[in-house]
Amino acid sequence: MLNFVVRRLLAMLPVLLAVSLLTFLIASLLPGDLALVILGDQATPENVAALRRDMGLDQPLWWRYLSWLGHVLQGDLGRSFRTGQTVLQAVAERIPVSLQLMLMAEFIGLLIGVPVAIACAARAGGAFDRVMTGSAFAMLSMPSFLVAILLIYLFAVELHWLPATGYVPFTEAPLANLRFFVLPALTLALAEWPGIMRVLRSDMIATLQEDYIALAKAKGLKPARILFVHALKPSSLTLVTVTGINIGRLLGGTLIVESIFALPGIGRLLVGAIYTRDLVILQGVVLLVACGFVIVNFIVDMLYAVLDPRIRHGHA
Amino acid sequence: MSAALLTIEDVAVELPTPRGNLRAVDHVDLSLEAGRTLGIVGESGCGKTMLSRAVLQLLPKKARLTGRVMFDGQDLVRLDAERLRRLRGRDLAVVFQDPMTSLNPVLTIGTQLMETIQEHLELDVSAARKRSIELLAAVGIPAPEQRLAQYPHQCSGGMRQRIAIAIALSCEPKLLIADEPTTALDVTIQAQILDLLAREQRRRHMAMIIITHDLGVVAGRADEVAVMYAGRVVERAPTQALFKRMHMPYTEALLAAIPKLDAAPHTPLPAISGRPPDPTRPLKGCSFAPRCRYAASRCHEAKPDLKSAERPDHLYACFHPIQMAEGIGA
Ligand SMILES: Nc1ncnc2c1ncn2[C@@H]1O[C@H](COP(=O)(O)OP(=O)(O)OP(=O)(O)O)[C@@H](O)[C@H]1O
Ligand code: SF4
Ligand SMILES: [Mg+2]
Repeated sequence: MLNFVVRRLLAMLPVLLAVSLLTFLIASLLPGDLALVILGDQATPENVAALRRDMGLDQPLWWRYLSWLGHVLQGDLGRSFRTGQTVLQAVAERIPVSLQLMLMAEFIGLLIGVPVAIACAARAGGAFDRVMTGSAFAMLSMPSFLVAILLIYLFAVELHWLPATGYVPFTEAPLANLRFFVLPALTLALAEWPGIMRVLRSDMIATLQEDYIALAKAKGLKPARILFVHALKPSSLTLVTVTGINIGRLLGGTLIVESIFALPGIGRLLVGAIYTRDLVILQGVVLLVACGFVIVNFIVDMLYAVLDPRIRHGHA
Repeated sequence: MSAALLTIEDVAVELPTPRGNLRAVDHVDLSLEAGRTLGIVGESGCGKTMLSRAVLQLLPKKARLTGRVMFDGQDLVRLDAERLRRLRGRDLAVVFQDPMTSLNPVLTIGTQLMETIQEHLELDVSAARKRSIELLAAVGIPAPEQRLAQYPHQCSGGMRQRIAIAIALSCEPKLLIADEPTTALDVTIQAQILDLLAREQRRRHMAMIIITHDLGVVAGRADEVAVMYAGRVVERAPTQALFKRMHMPYTEALLAAIPKLDAAPHTPLPAISGRPPDPTRPLKGCSFAPRCRYAASRCHEAKPDLKSAERPDHLYACFHPIQMAEGIGA
């Protein structure tokens, strides 16, 4: 098992390096001169040239990458030239909001998707299965901003059950905090559960054909035990992968949802950085998010080993 | 003669397929008394597994089953799901062909044994554990206590089949169905597993159906043999009588195939040329006629009934039964 962990950790290194290079290139190759952006339209060419020299922008690209990477490795991702905040400060401030949003969304998505998938697989082809497969398909084709607006209209405007926008930290007012998060998390979850449901459903249907399920029935086990103990665990490997990959999609979703529901998270930070051309923040945030994604996938690999003893013992 | 533990009455299984209706089991009648062994023999695809699944009520969802399966005084076909569940694993147990796929890969051996025991017998965890260890020891697994925490992939094929047998025996079933329990195993291990089954059967006085494509497996192990071909029972007799004097040309062909013990599972028998008929296109005459060296014109026109001639317990379905000069000792 330790061997397995070390192997996976080493495999992450080249990926992280590639991620850093890509992030750097994207930010550097965006049109527009950073020095010009900082100084504004009224800047003289001399001023711009001086600032370019100060910031090292006159150096060749590979040199700039290496020196940026060197700083990053020392934990210095730069600071915003607009607010003066460092990337790490800005991210640290906002990450709890985005994490809470994504966790709640994934949780609600699983809460809907998993039971529906099991119920569908247990009677594949039945009425419930057909209705739910159809609705999942319909949900997938709904853009999240539309879902968000519908939810706001229904639960905030019409029913007055939940606030439409706003945020308070959990530590200050836990209940109010949760109420603010319900609608944005639900918006994301409604886009998440169809994927969860479809993957788990088809894996469950395949698993239920296995010999060992026939044997479980022949042993006279209760149907619930067969579904939840014998079929669910071997069927959940793809689900775990999908949940991991979903984190990436969820991150994309937070851009829109945090903007609509006025949640001060990473998504809003990123959108703001794009509008204000705050390249340092943009670059830093994208790098951190990408690293986060790689780490999530590492955790997914570890979960595989927990779920499937054959992987743990190096048989597969 | 005591009353039969199991009677299969006019059981037929049909499977809808894209090519049309497939008759996997074609009106089979069989019976088995407590403590006795029935061997079901036939080449690949002749419906042995479907017949056993019909007894266990484990047919594919789309399959249509007709007839009655009387077990211990109740018709399994019409039994409600909950009563059937309590019967399975407790009175009616099964060992499948392939131990590589019949154990759950993500559950420990201990879990898979103990869950059966605890489902049917009122035992607490430690008693169920103790019983599991005894069972593993009984089927010849060394260091049984350590095995409980292991997963199936950590055991060899032979070990897994022993574990599957331990699971089947765990609640002292009245009937054990072993569907080609050794076909997927090494030749050297096959005899060990068959002897293990025979020994445990005698010790527990349970009835057993042993399914195989190998007449050699049932010789000396089964009390009675039923030979299946294309979904039907084509010859049925006490083992001794069958080996002394077999009447069906198909049985004879199966006997000739015995030396090919190590043939891969699900392959046609080399000793008999040709293949079984397409089960979606039933023949008008005897289904063995295209391959039978004794076939005459009548064989192509009508189906021979399964009936007895000189001995009431020796049934066969053939118009031109073989008259063997000397028997072969069983
Ligand atoms: N799930 C299924 N759906 C449709 N047809 C099936 C299915 N399983 C088996 N059959 C068909 O039913 C017939 C009987 O199959 P069965 O598995 O009972 O044969 P068998 O005697 O057990 O053969 P083997 O020695 O290969 O195990 C075959 O023609 C087979 O192709
Ligand atoms: S009935 Fe005819 S074809 Fe069929 S087995 Fe007997 S001799 Fe052969
Ligand atoms: Mg079979």
